[in-house]
Amino acid sequence: MDTTDQTAGGRSFGKGLGLRKSLMTLAASVMLATSAQAATPATAEVNTTGLAVTDDTVTVGILHSITGTMALSEIGSVQAEKLAIDQINASGGVLGRQIEYVQEDGASDWPTFAEKSRKLLRQDNVAAIFGAWTSASRKAILPVIEQYNGMLYYPTFYEGLEQSPNVVYTGQEATQQILAGIDWAVENKGAKTFYLLGSDYIWPRTSNKIARKHIDKLGLKVVGEEYYPLGHTQFNSVINKIKLRKPDVIFASVVGGSNVAFYKQMKAAGVDFTDEKPLLLTISVTEDEIRGIGGENVEGIYASMKYFQSLDNPNNKEFVAAFKEAYGDDMVIGDVTQAAYLGPWLWKAAVEKAGSFDIDKIREEFAGIEFTKAPEGYVRIHENHHLWSKTRIGKAQTDGQYKVVYETEELMEPDPFPEGYQ
Amino acid sequence: MKNSSPLKWFGSREGLYYLALAFLLVVLLPLMLDPFRLNMVGKYLTYAFVAIGLVMCWGKAGILSLGQGVFFGLGGYCMAMFLKLEASTPEATAIQSTPGIPDFMDWNQLTELPWFWEPFHSFSFTLIAVIGVPVLLAFVIGFAMFTRRVGGVYFAIITQAIAAILTILIIGQQGYTGGVNGITDLQTLMGWDIRTDAAKTTLYFICVGMLFLCLFIARLVQNRKLGRILVAMNAQEMRVRFSGYDVAAFKIFVFCLAAAFAGVGGAMFTLIVGFMSPSFIGIVASIEMVIFCALGGRLSILGAVYGALLVNAAKSGFSESFPELWPFAMGALFIGVVLAFPNGLAGLYQTYVMPLEDKLFERGKGARAEATPAKPAAERKPKTEKTDDYDPMIDSYSPEKS
Amino acid sequence: MFDGYTSSELMSIFAMQGFAGLSLFSVFVLMAMGLAIIFGQMGVINMAHGEFMILGAYTTYLTSGFFQSYLPGLFGGYFLIAMLLAFLVCAALGALIEWLMIRHLYHRPLDTLLATWGLSLIMQQAYRSIFGAREVGVELPDWMMGAFQVTDLVELPINGLFVMIIALSIAVGVYLLMYRSGYGKKVRAVVQNRPMAEAVGINSAGIDRATFALGCGIAGIAGAAFTMIGSTGPSSGQAYIVDTFLVVVFGGAQSLIGTIVSAFGISQAQSTMEFFLSGSMAKVLTLLVVVGILMLRPEGLMALKVRR
Repeated sequence: MDTTDQTAGGRSFGKGLGLRKSLMTLAASVMLATSAQAATPATAEVNTTGLAVTDDTVTVGILHSITGTMALSEIGSVQAEKLAIDQINASGGVLGRQIEYVQEDGASDWPTFAEKSRKLLRQDNVAAIFGAWTSASRKAILPVIEQYNGMLYYPTFYEGLEQSPNVVYTGQEATQQILAGIDWAVENKGAKTFYLLGSDYIWPRTSNKIARKHIDKLGLKVVGEEYYPLGHTQFNSVINKIKLRKPDVIFASVVGGSNVAFYKQMKAAGVDFTDEKPLLLTISVTEDEIRGIGGENVEGIYASMKYFQSLDNPNNKEFVAAFKEAYGDDMVIGDVTQAAYLGPWLWKAAVEKAGSFDIDKIREEFAGIEFTKAPEGYVRIHENHHLWSKTRIGKAQTDGQYKVVYETEELMEPDPFPEGYQ
Repeated sequence: MKNSSPLKWFGSREGLYYLALAFLLVVLLPLMLDPFRLNMVGKYLTYAFVAIGLVMCWGKAGILSLGQGVFFGLGGYCMAMFLKLEASTPEATAIQSTPGIPDFMDWNQLTELPWFWEPFHSFSFTLIAVIGVPVLLAFVIGFAMFTRRVGGVYFAIITQAIAAILTILIIGQQGYTGGVNGITDLQTLMGWDIRTDAAKTTLYFICVGMLFLCLFIARLVQNRKLGRILVAMNAQEMRVRFSGYDVAAFKIFVFCLAAAFAGVGGAMFTLIVGFMSPSFIGIVASIEMVIFCALGGRLSILGAVYGALLVNAAKSGFSESFPELWPFAMGALFIGVVLAFPNGLAGLYQTYVMPLEDKLFERGKGARAEATPAKPAAERKPKTEKTDDYDPMIDSYSPEKS
Repeated sequence: MFDGYTSSELMSIFAMQGFAGLSLFSVFVLMAMGLAIIFGQMGVINMAHGEFMILGAYTTYLTSGFFQSYLPGLFGGYFLIAMLLAFLVCAALGALIEWLMIRHLYHRPLDTLLATWGLSLIMQQAYRSIFGAREVGVELPDWMMGAFQVTDLVELPINGLFVMIIALSIAVGVYLLMYRSGYGKKVRAVVQNRPMAEAVGINSAGIDRATFALGCGIAGIAGAAFTMIGSTGPSSGQAYIVDTFLVVVFGGAQSLIGTIVSAFGISQAQSTMEFFLSGSMAKVLTLLVVVGILMLRPEGLMALKVRR
């Protein structure tokens, strides 16, 4: 079994161990205190479906791309999931069992994801899978996971239009990110006209449809909508179009390498985002992406997310410190990384509430499960397997961090099938 | 060969190679592997279809196509469209605003099935389309290029561009094609659940059956005069043309044949894996398919099957234990195959193993003269086979093993 | 779509769109020049061309880091040094690769394609191991950021101008080297008739190595220039490959002028269509037109009148 940190950036290996060690000693004392009254329940009771659960351990799967084009995005998720697992183990594990993990590489290739998820479920009998990043990889895994009745904890913000009994979506679905973002721009910045720009695949297209519908409902105007192939690097024409149409807001969902090209060329074309003419509101640039783009190129853009590394609350401070201790001081944490961190914790909470590792029993307990120690503050699982969470607007600074300028007062209700899309 | 009796052929050395492959695929692997691993082997085998096609069109005729993924993908998409329509019954899609159309169309606000999806309600049409669509496209490309004598490097680059175009197109038209996600969540084939272990195993055997069918068709082509003209074209195109042959027609034929094989492979892939996505069409996938063929031996159709199996098995194995080393290994494989053994495994087998076999058979013959009637035949056959296939170009470049 | 705009606004938009087309043109020229030398003059298909460009970009990244830490005062000028280094590093690696690999394959052009593809996989993974899977941000000196204000509405990006100047100087440089120098004469002699060239005493192996290294070096400069407008990550190079090859083939592989003409044609077509259509469709249409023309005129726009 592969439980080493070999994949998550070799340099952090030693530090990861150090952290684990210190947490272990801490955990040992906790366990001594609690083990007296909370005797570990028998394996036969908590596992009736042949999952990889022994008297001391339970095995889960981590399935992300650590090679190929998606590796840059997914590595943060892997690190967050491993950190959560280490912390849970240090605090006594789940139902008295230490978590072990099998890590598989999806290699940025969708059929590989399907193949590996099948391996994890059939051969390793994992109790949960933390993984997938792109929608395409999730769609590839989905039939497998439904067929063998596994449970996937999916971290990425995504387009919605899905609600599987075998997936817990720890990222936000499209409406949670978009509606509050647009409302904010309209109310606080007086935005009247919007230009929608995205990479050409399902998430930006669906997101822009939701955005357009909402903008129409508010009686405002979309003055342009545009998609470029993934990996496109020449944005001069669209920049001219934007200059011609003079929108109040550019609503951007460009991803990957295109992002870098887009912001650099915007900047070069004399667009200073700090002027907010036009204001740029993105749903795809997290702190992770800014590292590649360069903080000076995105200074002044706004992002609509649920989590920023700079969030000021005790949970988050603890999380950021632990993350940096494990993986190095130069790490940044984006929205998805935080969502990935929630996965193991929510799974643990559900297992303990159900008193069993059985997927069917856990599923019944999901609705209403809370996680009060979430770095983003507080989350709760909705009965549609998505999370209630707040939407926040951050303004990008030159140092690559976002300054939080707004957050919704209430938790936003997840609505994967917004009206008109059902 | 038609003129010798079929039974005798199975006793020949070439026949024995085919029997060995059949034994491996039909008996050995199913006994050794659990259904999950067997399903993976099935997936690898679908790439072997493409590799066989590439042997015919690249190895024999010298036409390197970097767009075989296009044909693989088109075959796969045809099958996926049929399965998706079957999965999208009005009952199963009742929560959609337009029930009865595939889910991704509903997400993209389509309210009726596009016209080109309609015929895919019919299974027989689908079967024809799986071969017909790739062949038609191959014919158009081949006709345009070969009659103008575009070849070699130019052909490779243009086919690569076509792969890029098709990928962008499919991803961009997501309302009609499923976009970058592809067509997913395929469940039944004419009411038969293709996701169960039993179904997967059955599909595996169907795949093996189809593979042998393709192997025999390829073998038929290569052993006829047709095959020799292809090889001659590769070596001396001008001379073949001056001898009165219509070179373009032969090239178009073999390119279409390779496209047909790839289409069948794609359709089997969809059935075995349960979805189809544009990532099989793109440039990377298409070039990887070439390496299956190159590793196996670009002149050997049997080698192509082993090449596809080995590369993919190695890929799975590596990525389970050393994911970061895989790209290095793959890169080294490309370079090694080209620099060190351009004729691939088949070439190595020919040079090192076949002489041993020859010795073995000689001795066996002396020891048990009549006990095994098959073996003397095997020993006689290769000699005639070799003179049959003799061609100056093959000899200097790479002797065919089968 | 042009309702409600004054004519001066329209004029300036068209001017900027023309500039956008020109900067795409210079990007294409930069990408294609190195390849045109390697592919057109030597017949070698270098699928690792994009990775050589990224090597140049990483060199720039390292140089900028070095200047930031040790010579902050000279940061404004680091880019020129970075370009020089990028050229040298890529040319050196190119020469090594030629010696290890390419020289065994000159008589098998299709095999160079496979071998260099393998090389590109190795290079990509090497970048990933060394620099990490994430893209790196290359910081630019201040004077290269921002735009040059021509009129109220017309703004020309400085780094776009800079890319244009580099492209132009490289094109001119390559032209001089190929057609006005002794080395160029030898290269052309080897391309046209290798045995004869050898017979008159030209060291054809040396010429091959120098030419391959030159092509890779130019790719390195292109990569350095692209850090201004694009991304630098392990797999960024792959995005360029199809475009680059099409530009070279479309121009007529052996003609450097043809490469420039085709880069101009493709870039203008693409940027015009991008303005009126969506980006994805513009790309598809451009590629389709190029492939269509190539099917009708396989030798490309400007072909040498030589029987192949």
